[in-house]
Amino acid sequence: MSSDKAQAYWKANLRLVLGCLAVWFVVSFLFGILLVDVLNAVQIGGYKLGFWFAQQGSIYTFVALVFFYASRMNKLDREFDVHED
Amino acid sequence: MELQTLTYIVVGLTFALYMGIAVWARASTTSEFYVAGKGIHPVQNGMATAADWMSAASFISMAGLIAFKGYDASVYLMGWTGGYVLLAMLLAPYLRKYGKFTVPEFIGDRFYSRTARIVAVICLIVASLTYVIGQMKGIGVAFSRFLEVPFEAGLFAGMAIVFFYAVLGGMKGVTYTQIAQYVVLIFAYTVPAVFISLQLTGNPIPQLGLGSTMADGSGVYLLDKLDLVLGDLGFAAYTEQKGGTLNMVLLTLSLMIGTAGLPHVIMRFFTVPKVRDARSSAGWALVFIALLYTTAPAVGAMARLNLMNTIQTGPVAAVDANLAYADKPQWFTNWEKTGLLKYEDKNGDGKIQYYNDKSQSFAETADKAGWKGNEMVKVDRDIMVLANPEIAKLPNWVIALVAAGGIAAALSTAAGLLLAIASSISHDLMKGVFKPEITEKQELLYSRIAMAGAVLVAGYFGLNPPGFAAQVVALAFGLAASSLFPALMMGIFVKRINNKGAVAGMLAGLGSTLIYIFLYKGILFIPGTAMLADNPGGWMMGISPGAFGAVGALINFAVAYAVSNATEEPPEHIQHMVEDIRVPAGAGGASDH
Repeated sequence: MSSDKAQAYWKANLRLVLGCLAVWFVVSFLFGILLVDVLNAVQIGGYKLGFWFAQQGSIYTFVALVFFYASRMNKLDREFDVHED
Repeated sequence: MELQTLTYIVVGLTFALYMGIAVWARASTTSEFYVAGKGIHPVQNGMATAADWMSAASFISMAGLIAFKGYDASVYLMGWTGGYVLLAMLLAPYLRKYGKFTVPEFIGDRFYSRTARIVAVICLIVASLTYVIGQMKGIGVAFSRFLEVPFEAGLFAGMAIVFFYAVLGGMKGVTYTQIAQYVVLIFAYTVPAVFISLQLTGNPIPQLGLGSTMADGSGVYLLDKLDLVLGDLGFAAYTEQKGGTLNMVLLTLSLMIGTAGLPHVIMRFFTVPKVRDARSSAGWALVFIALLYTTAPAVGAMARLNLMNTIQTGPVAAVDANLAYADKPQWFTNWEKTGLLKYEDKNGDGKIQYYNDKSQSFAETADKAGWKGNEMVKVDRDIMVLANPEIAKLPNWVIALVAAGGIAAALSTAAGLLLAIASSISHDLMKGVFKPEITEKQELLYSRIAMAGAVLVAGYFGLNPPGFAAQVVALAFGLAASSLFPALMMGIFVKRINNKGAVAGMLAGLGSTLIYIFLYKGILFIPGTAMLADNPGGWMMGISPGAFGAVGALINFAVAYAVSNATEEPPEHIQHMVEDIRVPAGAGGASDH
């Protein structure tokens, strides 16, 4: 693989990772801790929203995030022709 | 059938299963012993990773922690799951591409330094050993409480089982038993949770039950009810924040990067066939972990509510609204015997008053009612999950199941940790440093001997737990977060980091974290040598010793970057190696190297 292509692949990968980590930060640190009081003003069923993010929502988002990342990376691998087998 | 007979049958059946798997999954090559021949399906690996990761602490202690800390315990929920996001995106696929057997091996190769490899081995052994002591203790406790055998006998039984399947099967045997153990532990955890959620809210799904109204027809939400019940007795509201915000953020971050840096978790991703399997396998691991971690908040809140309602049976300060000690239920007596639950009749009325006697605003009410202080002088957090089915009056087979689940959680984690220790001794120290000339067959023998030795050492510490056993968990995560994670991540993402930078960074991260922990917990945890008060008032900027790992990691990053840029570039073949790790193509299948 040419080094230009390798660099483009790596850059695309970094962009994807940064985007995913931004979501990771927002649902846990921002919604679950820093903005918890603001979000707690909203109530969903018996859950205050901030409390829900801290004990439930962040975990669901993490799961979705990892699978999203895995599928986008697999696509990226094929686009740049660096996939296995 | 009687509870004890039932427990013997259930635990005995699970043990027979683990032994059967051990015989079936024998390891005959070093590749099988270290990485299960790199032939584990990503979903299976995810399940094994989940069992590997979820320890006696996750199974037994976490819901209890949540029950008594409420919202503040969210740091453990987010911290111990969020680490998998980092693992999936920053480490697992690249380390799988590199395709070696151990974590120190990667660090030694990437930073072309034997010193770096040895520092990594030391971090790995200290972190894993401190962690495994807790598992051994958990096994002993579960045995002694449920099978009513002495603590030592329980510990020996657990050691014998781990010895058998880990020495015989290595990673291959451990992986398949962990899959079985995951099934046992998740079943044992969710069944009582479903029952209790049904009882309290009428909703069989605990994750939804926690957000539902009470089933008593009052229309009050469970969490509101809990806040109310606790507030009436002078306790802080369950859903409100009690600790400092900066400490919560740093503790969450420390647990996340500590999780991603723990070698026994990382090495599970060496066992899958391909790079893309490593990515998806991290997702599957998180699914299986999330099943327990999203159930735990419901278990914690519902257990707390049940406990409060058992003792405070009517309106606060009303006559006959407190449980009489003579009428105490059987589980109360059972746990009193273990010393984990203690009652003291302070006002001599023969009834139990459980309230927050440190609350200023509640003091007047208590005084008027003739209460002379909180009479539940000890309620150990660890009993919540184990006592929960009994408190909720569930059938005996559910209680027997919980015992088997707790043992499965402790065994699976212990085996993973022991394997990490054994492989780094035989592969990194023996083969890598002292005796590079040994054949594969000899190495396999060494790894089995190292494994046996590790089981014995862990057993010894389980029997004679050092006084600091409970405190060293912070150390395990601190070490992984401040030394291993930054070194691994920079090794992949920053080409410019050279041997000097990596070693300096690891030592700086490690050193600063150790100093901070020792300042508050005592030098080498020796009582009386602590220099600062270990409470929120004494912590620098409110940062608890357990939360310092994140700061240590930052120091590691900064030092490694500065030293690397001030010294020469890494050699060309190392730069090529990093470029090669970054693309999936060309990863070896189930090959040796």
